Amino acid sequence: MNQLLALPTTHDEAWRYADPAALAALDPGELDRWCDITLAPGEAACRVLVLDDASPGVQRLRLTLAQGARGAIFAIASASAYTRLEVEVRLARGAHFEFGGVTVGGGDATREFVTRVIHAEPEATSNQVVRSVHWGRATGNFLGAVHVARDAQQTDAAQNFRAILLEKGASANAKPELEIFADDVKCAHGAAIGALDDTAGFYMAARGIPPEVARRLLVRAFIADAFVALEDEAQRDDLLEQAVARLEGSRL
Amino acid sequence: MLRIDNLHATIGGKEILKGLSLNLNAGEVHAIMGPNGAGKSTLGYVLGGRPGYEVTGGTVTFRGQDLLALDPHERAATGLFLGFQYPVEIPGVSFVQFLREALNAQRNTRGEEPLSGGEFLKLARAKAGLLKLDMEMLKRPVNVGFSGGEKKRAEMVQMGILDPALAILDETDSGLDIDALRVVGEGINAIMRQQDGGPDKAVLLITHYQRLLDYVKPDFVHVLAGGRIVKSGGPELALQLEAEGYEAVAA
Repeated sequence: MNQLLALPTTHDEAWRYADPAALAALDPGELDRWCDITLAPGEAACRVLVLDDASPGVQRLRLTLAQGARGAIFAIASASAYTRLEVEVRLARGAHFEFGGVTVGGGDATREFVTRVIHAEPEATSNQVVRSVHWGRATGNFLGAVHVARDAQQTDAAQNFRAILLEKGASANAKPELEIFADDVKCAHGAAIGALDDTAGFYMAARGIPPEVARRLLVRAFIADAFVALEDEAQRDDLLEQAVARLEGSRL
Repeated sequence: MLRIDNLHATIGGKEILKGLSLNLNAGEVHAIMGPNGAGKSTLGYVLGGRPGYEVTGGTVTFRGQDLLALDPHERAATGLFLGFQYPVEIPGVSFVQFLREALNAQRNTRGEEPLSGGEFLKLARAKAGLLKLDMEMLKRPVNVGFSGGEKKRAEMVQMGILDPALAILDETDSGLDIDALRVVGEGINAIMRQQDGGPDKAVLLITHYQRLLDYVKPDFVHVLAGGRIVKSGGPELALQLEAEGYEAVAA
């Protein structure tokens, strides 16, 4: 009974767009498991995660970036059951955090990224780009919290979320959350949710491109935004291919 | 080549084309002029098959086929090219990729072999050169960051690569400075003028002004007003319109 009480519900802000039924089925022990990564001053590291049917459920990453360190995470959430990646990042002076995420899929699953980026010291930067493509009754979410500490001047934090819903019934939610206690900072956030661009579709058709090919080109370009900052070209292409491959089963 | 008979079309239930008839034969250049709101752009979109433009009456035959029965991409593969007044930006898709997909899709529909990457680039370079557009620009995303004039030149590069039988060019002259107007005009002539023994070609220019017609000399000029052709004539009609205005000429 005590274990059940420990489970989050959709009344918790950080879980508000999660799937209630999926939450009730979570293993509470799993929820306490964090994967900790610490980067030394000036160190750079990049991690790529594909959360497909081999790893649904909740994954938690805690990233601690020392002065001038650069940490990057690129992820796809595409499992056919509830999938959630939580990332908590603490940035020391001059550190940089880069996040690129894609939620993609149909069915009725919720797939979400929940990030908390703590600019603890001055001059750190962060950039987060999340793209969601859904159909059926699926949901894609991005809950992005940015916390700027009192003396973290010259913080530059950006987050951008865009979703394409290929069918009625699919949904997407964005929840940017900025807590800023310093006064000389830049924090940008943007979110847009819509259907595929019909105007571009007709333009492509007018040049002879069949609709299914046009939609694929458009969705591929849309998803690619999330991986632009992935420096290793082979890795970037591989991740994009994996995300695009998940479109099988959609009406694309 | 193109026969439009008593065409009626609506957008959102509002009738814009009200019985438009027009005949274009191979080797001819026609210009359609007319006041704002007359239905000029609608005609282009209806012929291109844009969603939301509903044909409520009439027929359109293109190269012996019922054009209105074809999907937009099939119309393109049949040899119809629609030059856009406002070319669309497509972030994340390069012009090279876009046009290679387009050309090979058209070739596939016609039962022809696709062009290899090398063959395509050679063709693209030649057509870009014809329109004096830097080949590097074709490596950028479709129309993104292009000036108005560059977009129009890029439209003509696309036309050169796709090599259509009929080009419907909707205000291709707008947004062009004097030098670009000449380059575009000469480009249209080079790509779309029928050559002796060459394939059939025809052009339908939709324009407000005489200035493009100085370079691409039309064989016929039509005045479109209130959703139908109200007057047709030779090239002198365009000059008369320019001098006297639509109201005086079309009344």
